[in-house]
Amino acid sequence: MLKIVNTEWKLFLREPSMVVFAILFPTILLLVLGAIPALRTPDPQFGNLRFIDAYVSTLVVIALAFLGLNKLPATVATYREKGVLRRFSTTPVHPARLLIAQVVVNVIAGATSLVLLMLVCRLVFDIDLPHHPVGFLVTCLLGMLSLSALGLLIAAWAPNARSAGGWATVVFMLVMFFGGAYLPRFLMPEFLIRVGEYLPPGVEALQESWLGVAPDPVQVGVPALITLVAGTVAAKSFRWE
Amino acid sequence: MAIIEVVDLVKRYDRKVAVDGVSFTVDEGEIFGILGPNGAGKTTTVECVEGLRSPDGGTIRVDGLDPQRDRVKLRTRLGVQLQQSELPDRIRVGEALDLYASFYRDSADWRELLARLDLADRVRTEYRKLSGGQKQRVSIALALIGKPKVAVLDELTTGLDPQARRDTWSLVEQIRDSGVTVVLVTHFMEEAERLCDRIALIDAGRLVAVDSPAGLVSRVDGEQRVRFRPATPFDVALLEELPEVSKVEEHGPQLVVTGTGNLLHAVTSMLARNHVVAADLRIEQAGLDDAFIRLTGRTFTE
Ligand SMILES: Nc1ncnc2c1ncn2[C@@H]1O[C@H](COP(=O)(O)OP(=O)(O)O)[C@@H](O)[C@H]1O
Ligand SMILES: [Mg+2]
Repeated sequence: MLKIVNTEWKLFLREPSMVVFAILFPTILLLVLGAIPALRTPDPQFGNLRFIDAYVSTLVVIALAFLGLNKLPATVATYREKGVLRRFSTTPVHPARLLIAQVVVNVIAGATSLVLLMLVCRLVFDIDLPHHPVGFLVTCLLGMLSLSALGLLIAAWAPNARSAGGWATVVFMLVMFFGGAYLPRFLMPEFLIRVGEYLPPGVEALQESWLGVAPDPVQVGVPALITLVAGTVAAKSFRWE
Repeated sequence: MAIIEVVDLVKRYDRKVAVDGVSFTVDEGEIFGILGPNGAGKTTTVECVEGLRSPDGGTIRVDGLDPQRDRVKLRTRLGVQLQQSELPDRIRVGEALDLYASFYRDSADWRELLARLDLADRVRTEYRKLSGGQKQRVSIALALIGKPKVAVLDELTTGLDPQARRDTWSLVEQIRDSGVTVVLVTHFMEEAERLCDRIALIDAGRLVAVDSPAGLVSRVDGEQRVRFRPATPFDVALLEELPEVSKVEEHGPQLVVTGTGNLLHAVTSMLARNHVVAADLRIEQAGLDDAFIRLTGRTFTE
């Protein structure tokens, strides 16, 4: 199993677009936004926080959403289309291992992306390291797992790589929107903010555990539930060819 | 001794019957061909043998195992080269071999295997940068990495240029000589005729015959063909009247005369009697394609 993960990790690192979007993009976006003076001036309107402070959780969402809803379904659907999964099933190793390896690679890539982001936050913009490290870790992990499970579900049901890409993009856009990637969350109507709090990967829980207090158990529980349900359904209904 | 036994295999897709009561046995140490036109049901047959598809009827034994029930055990004894299966674009040849070797408790030395397949200098090459022939050889290497007793190779040379095809053929013979039984699925007559010890001829889901290439050809033996281009027009009926001649066909300016006995002598003396000069005269013995036509009543369309 370790060898499969290791191989898939190497393959991930060889796709420049994947590495740029999943690992570097959130940090680059932070640097670009942080370069605008107005966005790094404390605003009394939201409790003397700067825009970039309020935006860190969205940057996490971007990294996790890309890995779970873009990279994963694309890779898995392509593996099915090219017969990679089928070749696995001619060996003593079940092709499900290859899917699990994808999720593990996502967790590793997500962690790498976030460590880089936290470092730049701390060193360049003087943003604190997560205040509630355990809560942050759990929220991130469940966020990554829930989005990966959704990605797997899409790959399980889509007839081919192209439609997998299409469906995944729709879900990706929704997650990005509610995560505040297009419209900062504090500008959203109350109702949209509430919805976003419970959608994976749990943007409010990420924000809270980073710069506030312990995350709300319900906001962490929802991604956990989604991981369980989507993961089980994907495993049960996966088409191997 | 039989290492694969297939009895009355039936497989349907929805309502379409793809394999309809096929039976054959494969002996240990031979190259066994499964030959038939596209869509005949060859791939479906071997995928049932590999345990990738569950049959709708009949029984299969591979080295004494039931491919459905003993799936896990079967995987260590059967190496498979699928008709359509690629590897991730950016995986290197050595990485792929090393990964697949780790799937088996007892695996072949993959460096030695690559050397045997003339891929030693491609260890660090990414899969997407390989030629078609090299990709096929990587596929063969992956089929052999688990030291199988039987290797099933499906449309191994389709899409390869003639040189690469011939190189691959000698590899298949080497595999057999190393003690591995080979099941070779192909729609190339020439390939089956050249490589196989025995051939199962399949057409439209049914088994037409199982025999050695020579055995199949001998079923239409005695039959010969004489081809020539008459320099002057003459009455073809004169040919048809000869007792040795069974059929006369006109292919453009060419005449193809099929018959038995001393056909050549009968035709040439008739032409001489009538002062017809025959250009490009050629005599052909029956081949596997004639056997196919005789056995199925239709031509082998690729
Ligand atoms: N997965 C499938 N679903 C439905 N029909 C199939 C499937 N695979 C093959 N067939 C049909 O079954 C028949 C036999 O196919 P196949 O075994 O691939 O033939 P061959 O390998 O001899 O070319 C063909 O008519 C083909 O269209
Ligand atoms: Mg086929």
